[in-house]
Amino acid sequence: MASIKPRVKAPKTASAGEVVSIKTLISHPMESGQRKDKDGATIPRQIINKFTATFNGAMVFACDLEPSVSANPYFEFQMTVPETGVLAFEWVDDDGSIYTDEKTITVA
Amino acid sequence: SGRGLAQGLSGMTEEALIGGPAGGNVSLIHVTDMHAQLMPVWFREPSINLGVGAAAGQPPHVTGEDFLRLYGIEPRSPMAYALSSADFAALARDYGRMGGMDRIATVVKRLRAERPDAILLDGGDTWQGSLTALRTNGQDMVDAMNLLGVDAMTSHWEFTLGIDRVTEIVDALPFPFLGANIYDAEWDEPAYEPYKLFERGGVQVAVIGQAFPYLPIANPRWMFPNLSFGVREERMAEVVEEVRAEGASVVVLLSHNGFDVDRKLASRVPGIDVILCGHTHDALPEPLMVGDTALIASGSNGKFLSRVDIDADASGVKALRHRLIPIFADVIAPDPEMAALVAGHRAPFAAELSEVLGETEALLYRRGNFNGTFDDLILQALMTERDAEIALSPGFRWGPSLLPGDRITKEDLYNATAMSYPAAYRSEMTGETLHVILEDVADNLFNPDPYYQQGGDMVRVGGMGYRIDVSAPMGSRITDMTHLASGEPIDPARSYTVAGWASVNEGTDGPPIWDVVEAHIRSVGSVTLQENDSVKVTGA
Amino acid sequence: AAAAFAASGLPAFATADAAQEAVMAFTGGVAPGEGGVTLTTPEIAENGGTVPVEVAAEGAAAILVLAAGNPSPGVATFHFGPLGVAMASTRIRLARTQDVIAVAKMSDGSFRQASNTVKVTIGGCGG
Ligand SMILES: [Mn+2]
Ligand SMILES: [Mn+2]
Repeated sequence: MASIKPRVKAPKTASAGEVVSIKTLISHPMESGQRKDKDGATIPRQIINKFTATFNGAMVFACDLEPSVSANPYFEFQMTVPETGVLAFEWVDDDGSIYTDEKTITVA
Repeated sequence: SGRGLAQGLSGMTEEALIGGPAGGNVSLIHVTDMHAQLMPVWFREPSINLGVGAAAGQPPHVTGEDFLRLYGIEPRSPMAYALSSADFAALARDYGRMGGMDRIATVVKRLRAERPDAILLDGGDTWQGSLTALRTNGQDMVDAMNLLGVDAMTSHWEFTLGIDRVTEIVDALPFPFLGANIYDAEWDEPAYEPYKLFERGGVQVAVIGQAFPYLPIANPRWMFPNLSFGVREERMAEVVEEVRAEGASVVVLLSHNGFDVDRKLASRVPGIDVILCGHTHDALPEPLMVGDTALIASGSNGKFLSRVDIDADASGVKALRHRLIPIFADVIAPDPEMAALVAGHRAPFAAELSEVLGETEALLYRRGNFNGTFDDLILQALMTERDAEIALSPGFRWGPSLLPGDRITKEDLYNATAMSYPAAYRSEMTGETLHVILEDVADNLFNPDPYYQQGGDMVRVGGMGYRIDVSAPMGSRITDMTHLASGEPIDPARSYTVAGWASVNEGTDGPPIWDVVEAHIRSVGSVTLQENDSVKVTGA
Repeated sequence: AAAAFAASGLPAFATADAAQEAVMAFTGGVAPGEGGVTLTTPEIAENGGTVPVEVAAEGAAAILVLAAGNPSPGVATFHFGPLGVAMASTRIRLARTQDVIAVAKMSDGSFRQASNTVKVTIGGCGG
């Protein structure tokens, strides 16, 4: 699935201790495993099953996903920014693929 | 209809309709749900408009003589004709057509002569509903509203022009297109300006816009795929707080929620002084107060214009005076400038607009919770021209009326049908599916919680009768579905041939509804209708 | 009105029991308490394929989201680290009108629950 592309909206800067909102999207069909193709055969399940966000290596937010999450999974969450650091994102696909992105948040 | 033709209005003057001098220091002018009616029209108000839950028996769910009694309006008077349905055809002869953009322009100019900085607000459903609006993709209405001098608007049917056209128009508008509840569906961020602040009479006046909350459900969402709407009560509360923090002494909500939704919103979101209501096409001669919030309903199709004069200082609204001005086309002089603009937009389509398709022996109207005679005509056309056992037609609230003996022109037909997804489909549906559809639509109208109401009327059904208990819960309102041709109960398992139009599904096939109805009118020549008693109503 | 009727046969739906079982599996058999969980959903889904859901529960370590009327009730489980705020938004699929349930596991080990009905409608009509 070469076309799968994560996108993230996060602030570039924050003040120490500020609570900021992070939004993420990844293009993915989230094939539920319950649909049938035109010949009546079940289309196998293939979804993003895990999303994780870490800040300087520490887990901030994670989600276990089931097939009832919509196509192109979207997450919004909030975090306290203690210091300048790297917010790293990881999406795990049923087929074993891992998609990543990262954003640096600078505390002035 | 020229001026002075309506005998019943002799002696009535523009001055009397418009009312006394502007009071206070801030004036609002509200027009809404014009549905592209540039010309004066006949428009019969509903005789059945049921409320449920807390709204049962409350305005605007009061009709006929009850309505006249409630507001102290003399039967058969001009205002009785304008605001209710009794003796409509006879009173129409006495009092003439209503509306017309050139008459509205005259009233706006007179009001602005007294208060030059009166804020003119357009509640939406402006760019759709006529042949010329269809042919010009709403440009005729955009140009007319720009000439009228609108200060802000909100929206509903506007989006059925498709997002690209809406964006093209909005980018060129000289005023804001407000919608606090319109969000980008991808990133969940506001997509349009939520409000505008006006400095008037020494105070700040905030006008917050609220688009129709259920656009992607009631209309084809594929036409504006990246937008999300909704009532968004918390968002409205935040915006009200924000404008108060910015110094607004007067907070006006320019709303396309529908009246019952606005009534609930007013009871739950503090700090709104005035709600200018739209969408449900109600016309009320005085404000309905919910706590300190005045709800104002200014009708539809150009029949009325509301003026609201407010006395306000830094501490807020001190007094408010409202006048629902009926636009009697034979009393109010056309404004020459607007008349010329309208004539210019109509000229390229003159032959089409005036083409006579037939005539009607029946009064043709649309408003009413369960059926209307114009819809009966459309249903007949669908069943005969599309060879269907059953026909379905949406419960739209737009579309003017025709009087017995009137010729039916192409303009009249388009006034009842012009829209951007007109395909008249023909398909097979089981009796069970028909039941699911009726239950679903009934709940959109009769859910006791207004936030679940979408503000249309019940889907019109041809070839089938049913019983509805409006007070029953969803799933058990509709019973006794009967196939009228055979007199047999509708069989849940049997498949029926069904014709309809205005499907919200992308890729719906079929000829445009106006071609179907035109063919039918031409084949019958003169429209006659049986009284429609196929819907039995209980629980009201 | 009368628009999206083209939907084909309905799939077999989970029972309310399946949702209850999923709640109990999450709580280890403890019935959750009420209050302390804010679940925000639209009154009516604009598109049953993508319904926005926001949950917040101050002091929660994890929040389970269930769709009680879907073929399988599980939707998502959110986990919050020490820097995280116990709130999240996502978008979910709802096969029909049903209750969306959120169960929060609080940092003291207790559980709290909220639920909202979301209407999934055929659409059409308008004023
Ligand atoms: Mn309207
Ligand atoms: Mn509307």
